Amino acid sequence: MTPLGAILCGVMRVLVGAHAYWQAPPDSAQSIYFANHTSHIDTLAIWAALEPRLRAHTRPVAARDYWDRGALRRHVARKVLNVVFVERHKEGHGDPLAPLAAALAEGSSLILFPEGTRGTGPLPAAFRSGLYNLALRFPEVRLVPVYLENLHRAMPKGTFIPIPVVCTVRFGAPLARLAAEARESFLERARAAVVALA
Amino acid sequence: MSGREKFYWLMGGVLAVLIVASLAARVLRARATAEVSRAVVANLVSRIRAWWVMVAIFAVAFLAGPIATLLLFACMSFFALREFVTLTPTKHADHVPLFLCFFVLIPLQYGLIGYGWYGLFAILIPVYAFLVLPAVAALAGDPDRYLERTAKIQWAVMVTVYCVSYTPALLLLRIPGYEGQDALLIFYLLLIAQMSDVLQYVFGKLFGRTRLAPAVSPSKTLEGLIGGGLAATALGGAMYWITPFSPLQSLGMAFLIVVMGFFGGLTLSAVKRSLGVKDWGAMIEGHGGMLDRIDSLSFAAPVFFHLTRYFF
Repeated sequence: MTPLGAILCGVMRVLVGAHAYWQAPPDSAQSIYFANHTSHIDTLAIWAALEPRLRAHTRPVAARDYWDRGALRRHVARKVLNVVFVERHKEGHGDPLAPLAAALAEGSSLILFPEGTRGTGPLPAAFRSGLYNLALRFPEVRLVPVYLENLHRAMPKGTFIPIPVVCTVRFGAPLARLAAEARESFLERARAAVVALA
Repeated sequence: MSGREKFYWLMGGVLAVLIVASLAARVLRARATAEVSRAVVANLVSRIRAWWVMVAIFAVAFLAGPIATLLLFACMSFFALREFVTLTPTKHADHVPLFLCFFVLIPLQYGLIGYGWYGLFAILIPVYAFLVLPAVAALAGDPDRYLERTAKIQWAVMVTVYCVSYTPALLLLRIPGYEGQDALLIFYLLLIAQMSDVLQYVFGKLFGRTRLAPAVSPSKTLEGLIGGGLAATALGGAMYWITPFSPLQSLGMAFLIVVMGFFGGLTLSAVKRSLGVKDWGAMIEGHGGMLDRIDSLSFAAPVFFHLTRYFF
């Protein structure tokens, strides 16, 4: 871990704790961690909660319009977190999931917020279809639901500095794979798995 | 004897007690067979282990000087307040007031001790925070549960910052004939408050029958209170030589610390249960959260400070 990475981990511990709670024992097998999204520090919280051996090959998925701006934020995104950038406002052609698929094909695990944007309450909004498409293309990758508790209180939408509130990062058991499941029912089941950890 | 020498003697005593406790726990662990007693012993072992860590941290801060001591207590306030806020249902509109509590009030309150401005230290939170925090919350324009939210935040900073800061504020006292030894009063207060908790727990486990307030704090018993309280008072009397007090005065002060500490534990237990939990957190293994460990201190410190300030 880089020195800046260690500092960020320390800051997360002091501010919000970001301690992990694992419903099933942690496994270093390739995974997509998908979580509810309420604050700008969600990515850091999950990243800090993962133990180093899992963190080493896990890459957060980050919106380019937020994370690729400003020298410090860009440095953290590229050099510390090693994020996979996605374009939220896609301009015409191209598959927005291509960078994610490439990272999975390389063997990395991903941290993904399937709502696509931050919510304001404790429970996630409906999931967008990215998670479903990735799950179809990579049937052997584990889909691990994650619930971020209290982060909507630490740094609600519209605020710039987090306040200290203890936030636990709850990792659930991997989502079961059902044969020929329709998109809507898969996404609803995935969302329910996150909500069940709340 | 110089202040330093007194400190080393006391520390030697504390280490001896910890070694005996660790050995006793080892014997108990070997003897415990039933499921229930195993759980109690396992908790005891983690409690003692946490005590080693807490004593080590305190000793380092004490030896490093007053600034390190202030920083240590500021951190304790920070984590205790974090626990309190976590369990309090605050809203978006409380974001700025909470920011002020953590990042302005805590540094200011402890900074005033370092700066030696007693007058402002004593009124910063009860007067100025009391006026400013609700005003800032009102500016955010959310009247839903407004009084409840602001009252809870004020309560939180009073207990976790204002009251706790009275412990290192003992460094502000100028007692004739006791110059340069004020830090020992911190040791005295901490040792009695914490030993009172420990001894009440031990006496309660050994002889406890009559529950004092089962709905508020199920582990507090009359036998534990009397046995542990008297033992801690006696301990305080025996520690008169590190204080500016006579043996009898020291006994009286220790008794006061024990009584206030008991009410601190009871009151914060009631707060905890009204918020719907059993422990404030899980920061200190076996003990619960930071606030579970310093609840008695928060009530004992201001009273001990003021009595010492007025009479000595």
